[in-house]
Amino acid sequence: MIQIAAAFAMGCFGLGLLANLWLALRSSSMIDRILAVDTMTINVIALIVLYGIHTGSGLNFEAALLFAMTGFLGTVVYCKYLLRGDIIE
Amino acid sequence: MTLIAELLISALLVVGALFGLAGNLGLLKLPDTMTRLHAPTKATTVGVGTALIGSMVYFLVFQGTFTWHELLITLFLLLSAPLTANLIAKAYVHRSRGQETRPPSATGAPWATLETDAQAAARQDGPAAES
Repeated sequence: MIQIAAAFAMGCFGLGLLANLWLALRSSSMIDRILAVDTMTINVIALIVLYGIHTGSGLNFEAALLFAMTGFLGTVVYCKYLLRGDIIE
Repeated sequence: MTLIAELLISALLVVGALFGLAGNLGLLKLPDTMTRLHAPTKATTVGVGTALIGSMVYFLVFQGTFTWHELLITLFLLLSAPLTANLIAKAYVHRSRGQETRPPSATGAPWATLETDAQAAARQDGPAAES
């Protein structure tokens, strides 16, 4: 039952990832693209964790933690660059 | 006992997946940037947090190990989601200056990041002078 639920959740988050990719590729506004890429990292974290449930191993969580940190930092850097034209002043 | 745990984990995973799907479809379907900002920063964060808690219960019950990683990731996502939302909204408010698509702020004053010091002082002194 857990396997079926994990497969369903992976399908939902994978669909969400495709929706984000569509927005990131087709949107005309830079802010929307930043938002889409930020949401993509959140979805990838969910997919890594669900893959960990699927295989029964906890080895992937460091990767998920790294995705959480670098995704947040990447969004902050993009927004800072758009706001100021420079990242570290 | 195992059945109860299986039901709990499955329910957490499915609820998290539905929240995540709602957030992602909201990001795709909502009309403008300020409303689009709501969907991923709230619904998707809740969905991922729920799936992470389900994963934590799974490893506690079926593998016998308590992993702190999920709790750390959940905490980090819950801390970083408002910050990214605030920064994206600030970047949008600055970049859409002079455009008609930007909605007015709800307070009647200009958006806080565009307000000059003199405007803020006048707005804060106004009600105080009346009372």
